[in-house]
Amino acid sequence: MKKLLMATALSSLGATAAFAADDIKMGVAAAFTGPLESLAPPIARGAELAIEEANASGLLLGGITVSPVRADTTCIDSAAATAAVERLVTGDKVVGVMGPMCSGATTAVLQNVAVPNGIVMISPSATSPALTDIEDNGLFFRTAPSDARQGAVMAQIILDHGIKSVAVTYTNNDYGKGLSSAFETSYKAAGGTVTLTSAHEDGKADYSAEVGALASAGGDALVVVGYVDQGGSGMVQSALDSGAFDTFVFPDGMVGSALVERFGSDIDGSFGQNPAAAGEGRGLFNDMATKAGFDGTSAFAGEAYDGAALMLLAMQAAGSSDPSVYKTKIMDVANAPGEMILPGEIGKALQILADGGEVDYVGAAAVEFIEPGESAGTYREITIEGGEIKVVGYR
Amino acid sequence: MDFLNAIVALSNFVLIPAIAYGSQLALGALGVTLIYGILRFSNFAHGDTMAFGSMVTVLVTWWFQSMGISFGPLPTALLALPFGILGCMALVLITDRAVYRFYREQKAKPVILVIVSMGVMFILNGVVRFIIGPDDQRFADGERFIISARDFKEMTGLSEGLAIKTTQGITVVVAVVAVVLLFWFLNRTRTGKSMRAYSDNEDLALLSGINPERVVMYTWLIVAALATVAGTLYGLDKSFKPFVYFQLLLPIFAAAIVGGLGSPLGAIAGGFVIAFSEVTITYAWKKVLVYLLPDALEPSGLVQLLSTDYKFAVSFVILLIVLLFRPTGLFRGKSV
Repeated sequence: MKKLLMATALSSLGATAAFAADDIKMGVAAAFTGPLESLAPPIARGAELAIEEANASGLLLGGITVSPVRADTTCIDSAAATAAVERLVTGDKVVGVMGPMCSGATTAVLQNVAVPNGIVMISPSATSPALTDIEDNGLFFRTAPSDARQGAVMAQIILDHGIKSVAVTYTNNDYGKGLSSAFETSYKAAGGTVTLTSAHEDGKADYSAEVGALASAGGDALVVVGYVDQGGSGMVQSALDSGAFDTFVFPDGMVGSALVERFGSDIDGSFGQNPAAAGEGRGLFNDMATKAGFDGTSAFAGEAYDGAALMLLAMQAAGSSDPSVYKTKIMDVANAPGEMILPGEIGKALQILADGGEVDYVGAAAVEFIEPGESAGTYREITIEGGEIKVVGYR
Repeated sequence: MDFLNAIVALSNFVLIPAIAYGSQLALGALGVTLIYGILRFSNFAHGDTMAFGSMVTVLVTWWFQSMGISFGPLPTALLALPFGILGCMALVLITDRAVYRFYREQKAKPVILVIVSMGVMFILNGVVRFIIGPDDQRFADGERFIISARDFKEMTGLSEGLAIKTTQGITVVVAVVAVVLLFWFLNRTRTGKSMRAYSDNEDLALLSGINPERVVMYTWLIVAALATVAGTLYGLDKSFKPFVYFQLLLPIFAAAIVGGLGSPLGAIAGGFVIAFSEVTITYAWKKVLVYLLPDALEPSGLVQLLSTDYKFAVSFVILLIVLLFRPTGLFRGKSV
């Protein structure tokens, strides 16, 4: 026992020694527990991959290393998320936070921790439109597009299918409410009719009452703003069983292999979209992820890599790891002018910046930031044919 | 034609789901009411007893499916049901031995037994999640529909579809069989009669030589069977998820109390009252009314009394009204 204690003490001493004075820490806050726990590990690994790449190059701010510190933000428990990130900021003294994942947790953490402490925060996956207008002192960015954009894209896709009247059901949280109201606004503005917008709770066994109300309101298609592992699929199942709707429209929370595994060709003719950029960045990142031993195609993993990379590049451009200094550089490194930077080229970008040049970070998700610091967003339009998801195009 | 369409729409979204749901609630409420009548306490662990029985059924169903055993067009779960019932019987007998008997011998007050049953509830809750996990489990197989909405439209040429799921049909048939068996048992057999006697007057029953431990054991066995059947039917019809059974406790208790605690007939009536109120009050009547009313009177709104979010509130409200105005329930059970 004594030996074990000695060993532990020694190794922790060793660890402290290894991270010498010039080290900085970066928070990796993801929802490791809760409804999105399956997405969290690839997201965290994505961010850590970018950090490892910068460390390996040895070029960041004259050769300092960055170490990632993980924190669990749980997605649904804002208090837990706030406490976890508070610990990162006050305890671990991180200089920036990649995360959190869900819109609700992100809002809470931004208002309670990031803004008061002046910490830069880049969320890979918070898509609520409310985050666009939030008071952030220029500290908050996101590599995922706002759902306001997705709402507009979805409205256009539906109208292009010649469908003029739809019913909408959304999962009762920030994501569902934000996306469905953004969609409703654009759809109505473009001349469509929404017969009924009604919420559904996740995790119930029976959705026949909800579907009954939607069926009574009518509409040519049902827009399901929900999660494929949760109530979203329950609503689709119940609507199919009662013959209330044959055509469904699926936004990003629903588009996944689980959808076609469960419903197969029963939902043929349904369509939807999810954020995904076409381009070589995605392929490069997937290869890197496979080599690093995780699934790069998992939702928002590439966006997490981009988020961490952007922070590192902004530090290099500003010549400082002080959040209040480098926050102004994030927009510069994300957008033109400058040399295009793909995944795996962080070392090259750091060199260019060190030499006083400019970079235009493209990354895995074809990052193009618009004011006030969020991804412009490219969406992949899909349709379901013969029980399979087919990509129709990008918009 | 419009009239027929209205009837079909109503059946599809109100009558059929409510009848199936009502049968499931009735079976659950029968279990609660039997415990209350004979063991004289409100068994809060009933929802999780249902979850445990269904869990055993689900596990056996998976085992059968992996061996290629199936029940033709009917779900394999029906074959696994007897095993689920046996598993659940073993569980309730063990909990009775380990927990309830101790308090019975002490002649503990009913309120103490209620608290004890809550403890059992939390333990079962954990056990079920530990074994099968907290997620949705799918175990239904066989034909999905007796008649699907699309086929119905083609057959009749009506613009409204009528879908009857196999599981809804099975639910009603199994519930009827279970209730008939239960009433036959309670009214015609010696053990059943002794159970009723024990329920009516414990001391008198003891004097006439009825063995209380036997009565208690039979009660638990019947309750286990009812709980497993109710839980499995609910899981087949909707989906199996441990937490859902815990939530089901409220409508089940509402059903038992509305009907009159301790009265089996009341439990069945209560089940249907709760199910029909939940469904009709949260249903949007627009579609039906559009078919029925002349164009001038067509409603522009949804004609929905309460949003579906308030479904559980309906059982609460009914419970309150009954407790205020008729504390013994519709069928004059024991007062709460």
